[in-house]
Amino acid sequence: MSPNTRIILICSGKGGVGKTTLTANLGIALAKQGVRTAVLDADFGLRNLDLLLGLENRIIYTAQEVLEESCRLEQALVKHKQEGNLALLPAGNPRMLDWLKPEDMQRIVSMLAEQFDYVLIDCPAGVEDGFKNAASATNEAIVITTPEISAVRDADRVIGLLNTNGIKPIQLVLNRVRPKMIASQEMLSVDDVTDILALPLLGLVLEDEQVIVSTNRGEPLTLRGSRSPAARCYGNIARRLQGEEIPLIDPSKEGKGLRDKFRRLMATKIF
Amino acid sequence: MTLRDILNKLIGRQQTSATTAKERLQLVLAHDRSDLSPELLDQMRSEILKVVAKYVEIDMEEGAVSLETEDRMTALVANLPIKRTIKSSLKA
Repeated sequence: MSPNTRIILICSGKGGVGKTTLTANLGIALAKQGVRTAVLDADFGLRNLDLLLGLENRIIYTAQEVLEESCRLEQALVKHKQEGNLALLPAGNPRMLDWLKPEDMQRIVSMLAEQFDYVLIDCPAGVEDGFKNAASATNEAIVITTPEISAVRDADRVIGLLNTNGIKPIQLVLNRVRPKMIASQEMLSVDDVTDILALPLLGLVLEDEQVIVSTNRGEPLTLRGSRSPAARCYGNIARRLQGEEIPLIDPSKEGKGLRDKFRRLMATKIF
Repeated sequence: MTLRDILNKLIGRQQTSATTAKERLQLVLAHDRSDLSPELLDQMRSEILKVVAKYVEIDMEEGAVSLETEDRMTALVANLPIKRTIKSSLKA
């Protein structure tokens, strides 16, 4: 295994908070920076990464055939059309639910690590076998959550499990942030969530309708250099992963008008 | 608590939902992280009170044992106001 390959698990506990969207956008953004990136869809019961990348019609083999040696890794890897540095590998297909074991996952990830600079593992939701398999093959993790009470609670569970497995660093991405709701204190703030989860913040992603549009098209926002809010956020996260220092935006401090200043005053913590 | 929360309290309005969410999360996470059910905590509380009551007279009504969590560390915090020490138990 190439010692320089970064293997990163992208997980959340709760479903529907944006794991797969983050994986797709980070994969594209990293590939655009010229690093060879593989995205592994470990959620083969309900796989969706192929759809978000627009590669759903090009999957022939999966990691399972590679492990059974009925095809070579190169045959199973689906190269992205526009971004040649990005390749997708589905772990399996929904008809074969019980075959994957932690050892299988470790074998397939170490094969990928020989050819790529980054391996991003899109983890299934939940904290059961699917999560454990995926977590067994990683050395670092990104936990993604939204400022909602149930998502934060589930993220906390996942962080506890990652800690006991000795996975580090673990970094946090806060998704679907709505600055206006935070300003009127009807949404947990970025500080609230990082205080509670006690993880370093890798980045936040602003709520953005363009994410839905890009999903419809199968073209991640980072693909065409979109300037939409979420696209900029995903791009920043990729650059921070690469070691660039990019200041975090604090949505609660956005806005220069009198009204925004008043809102900030009202949100001052007294005790 | 924020300035808005204080103002809301003064005019009798509910606290902001973000503050409520944070309080609820901190409580539920303290329990999740320690894997202690409320029943077990209750049982522990009454046993701790019994032990402490052997040495000092405490206000059973005021005594509180709770879980608090900060930076992923969970602490068991007991706040037991002492009325007076029981001298006889110290000699024994």
